[in-house]
Amino acid sequence: MHRLFLRDIGTVVLPLAVLFAVLPYFYDNGLLLLNFVVFLVLAQGLNLTYGFSGYLPFGYVGFFGAGAYGFSMMMTLASAPPLLAVLGGGVAALLVGLLLTPLLRLQGAYFGLASLAASEALLHLIGNPSLQDLTGGPYGVRLNTPYAPQSTYVLAIVILVLTMGLVAWLRHSRFGLQLQAARDNSLAASMAGIDIVFGRLVVWLASAVAAGLIGAVFAWRASTFFPDAVFDINFSIFAIVFTLFGGAGTLLGPVLGVMLLYGLYNAIGVSAPQYFQLGFGLLIVVLVLFFPEGLAAIPRRWARHG
Amino acid sequence: MSALLQTTGLEAGYGGVQVLWGVDLDVQENETVVLLGPNGAGKTTLLKCLMGLLPTRGGSIQFRGQDISRLPSRARVRLGLSYMSELAVFSDLTVDENIDLGALFVDRAIARRRRDELYALFPILLEKKRQAAGGLSGGQRKMLGVAKALAAEPKLLVMDEPSAGLSPLLVSTVIKSLAQCRSGGLSLLIAEQNVKFLELGDRVFTMEGGRIAFGGTPAAIQADDGLRRAYFGLGV
Repeated sequence: MHRLFLRDIGTVVLPLAVLFAVLPYFYDNGLLLLNFVVFLVLAQGLNLTYGFSGYLPFGYVGFFGAGAYGFSMMMTLASAPPLLAVLGGGVAALLVGLLLTPLLRLQGAYFGLASLAASEALLHLIGNPSLQDLTGGPYGVRLNTPYAPQSTYVLAIVILVLTMGLVAWLRHSRFGLQLQAARDNSLAASMAGIDIVFGRLVVWLASAVAAGLIGAVFAWRASTFFPDAVFDINFSIFAIVFTLFGGAGTLLGPVLGVMLLYGLYNAIGVSAPQYFQLGFGLLIVVLVLFFPEGLAAIPRRWARHG
Repeated sequence: MSALLQTTGLEAGYGGVQVLWGVDLDVQENETVVLLGPNGAGKTTLLKCLMGLLPTRGGSIQFRGQDISRLPSRARVRLGLSYMSELAVFSDLTVDENIDLGALFVDRAIARRRRDELYALFPILLEKKRQAAGGLSGGQRKMLGVAKALAAEPKLLVMDEPSAGLSPLLVSTVIKSLAQCRSGGLSLLIAEQNVKFLELGDRVFTMEGGRIAFGGTPAAIQADDGLRRAYFGLGV
């Protein structure tokens, strides 16, 4: 294994996992901690596709919802054990990802909007009253799974470690270098003999699976939810804003984005939503104006202009 | 003996406009071919077809005895067909990294030795090896484009207007370095408008209106009054 990859695992991924593993002993709002991990996975999962191929899926929540429903249907229809059902959630998202691969032919805003439309279509398909026997339709899902806050939390941390491990590997492997090259200049990349389409497909599907797995964990923890709750566009928006704020294509960036912005959201967003939106908006304006590459790019900039 | 590269009746175009009308062109091993022609003659379109950046509509492209006209670009590059364009450098990456990426599919030990040779060939790049390619001057970017293309250990290097945007002095420098590359047993196909490149060519093709108008030695083009008028602007 590459030295830099191991360094990233040792200095970022594992410390973060350990931090979240011990936090419940000091802080007893378990649901909030789980939500942090969920958004960390979503931000890093989005980072896989946006940071390494340049595709920004506004409909990213579609994979999350597919994972939640994949899990629920495995539980209700097949009475699968929960762990297997979580994998089923990942597979459901993978299938949706495969189905949507033709979208990768689109570029920029067209891709973003098409993926948004796809996630809405999936929501209305799943929430259709005539599918009530299969999905629960608009009346939502009510699972009889054992309520297992500890298992779901540990599972979420495992998924986070896997997702971040993949980001770290892409940052330092030959395959990841090819992807970054293709993202920056696809002509130059194809003239270096790089298989651009294959690389994009890999990160697209990996990104789908990450959201699907964490969606399954979310469904397990919630056990009762309506379709709107797991296809909420805010999941996409939060994941995008956190990733861009921190710095796409980096390992630490999305972590900083989630910690700062989701932290801010929970600190004042619930009690004083008007100040939160003001602060949130100002932060994003300042960031876009002065640090378009995200927080993680600031030290690099200083180094360059040193 | 079969040619290194041979196009037969090649046709191509964009949308409703056909640009190439049956192009027959060949490049032999260890040969430098210069493709001359005015703007709009179809030179760039022909090169794009060779590299797989534009689908062909008819005819065939043989490279090293294999029909490559349906292969994706990356497969052509891996077969030993390399394309030089200043657009094909990564501006955000350093000179060193660009050359490394050029050699992505070359054995690492060979690639390292090759890089030293390339820096010997283009000393200016060695000085700038830790700088971002986006900060290089036009001439340096061209050199980097050539170096990146050569790092892939190609059999045939295809170049689209290496002189474009360069001062006459830099054009001479580029010609000199290309002459050096050629001595290493490499074939070159150079599309140009600048007749100074004729001195490099073993053979010359001229293109007009999407067809090959003339093919022969540089001496033959000089001997032909019509061609001399067209390309050298000399009165007869």
